[in-house]
Amino acid sequence: MARIGVVVFPGSNCEYDAANAVSALGADTAFVWHSESDLSGFDGIILPGGFAHGDYLRPGALARFSPVMTAVQRFAESGGPVLGICNGFQVLTEAGLLPGALQKNRGLTFLCQPSTLIVTSTRSVLTRSATVGQRLAVPINHFSGSYTCDDTIYDELVANDQIVVRYDENPNGSRDNIAGVSNAAGNVVGLMPHPERAMSTLLGSADGRVLLGSFLGLGAESLA
Amino acid sequence: MTSTLNGVNYTVIVDVTLRSGIADPEGATIERALPALGFSGISAVRAGKSFRMSVEADSPASALEKATSLAQRLLSNPVIEDAAARIVEE
Repeated sequence: MARIGVVVFPGSNCEYDAANAVSALGADTAFVWHSESDLSGFDGIILPGGFAHGDYLRPGALARFSPVMTAVQRFAESGGPVLGICNGFQVLTEAGLLPGALQKNRGLTFLCQPSTLIVTSTRSVLTRSATVGQRLAVPINHFSGSYTCDDTIYDELVANDQIVVRYDENPNGSRDNIAGVSNAAGNVVGLMPHPERAMSTLLGSADGRVLLGSFLGLGAESLA
Repeated sequence: MTSTLNGVNYTVIVDVTLRSGIADPEGATIERALPALGFSGISAVRAGKSFRMSVEADSPASALEKATSLAQRLLSNPVIEDAAARIVEE
């Protein structure tokens, strides 16, 4: 059984959703307070959504200096799967573990709505059990979700197949409809949409199971 | 500036602005509001942040160096923002 650590910063607010979602898929989960520095024994790390350190200065700007981030960086460098959801994605970009940056949404509105994602790459730990072109209904809930990068980074993302998921319809002004990216190795992934909130058809969508199941290393057949 | 045991306190302002070519939804929104307020002839509005701090150092150059290092490491995100530090007289 995969053992997943869910990092909790002061101001995180999606940690229980994330832990419940991966637990429902069979993972053994534990919360990791941001001041901790030991991630040994975990098979994967999730940075959940919320407002780490109040989002002061910029989302993720202060969280990247939390002690746990040094351990997350080491975990990532050793090939461990790391997933940042929403604010967790912002933290990973600020920490330099993922390329690019997240800016305020086009139109300066907070967006809380369903979105349709299109799987762009299956190289990443988040999409290895999905298929390219697969459409997934996963909600968004953010103010600073407009993915931004310069041409050099963008060209690298395309060349290395690091764009993981795109929006079918661009909700926030993200460059090239980008909703999630990975690092070059594919073991660190961030996305703005919330797969942990798409775990049951009764509540609108179960498509998040494809993404989180991939992250846990479950095959597509077990996620049907 | 004021003198301290270890040097002088310089007042430094760090301006953080979005790099040219990076979309600025705040600046654009402000600019769109200007005609309704009766302003004309104002364009290229860019929003940014300004940080004021007191920096203890033994020279203006070293105060600027310290503030610039802080600006690049924390106050700005170099992927999308530029930062510039300057000393002001109080």
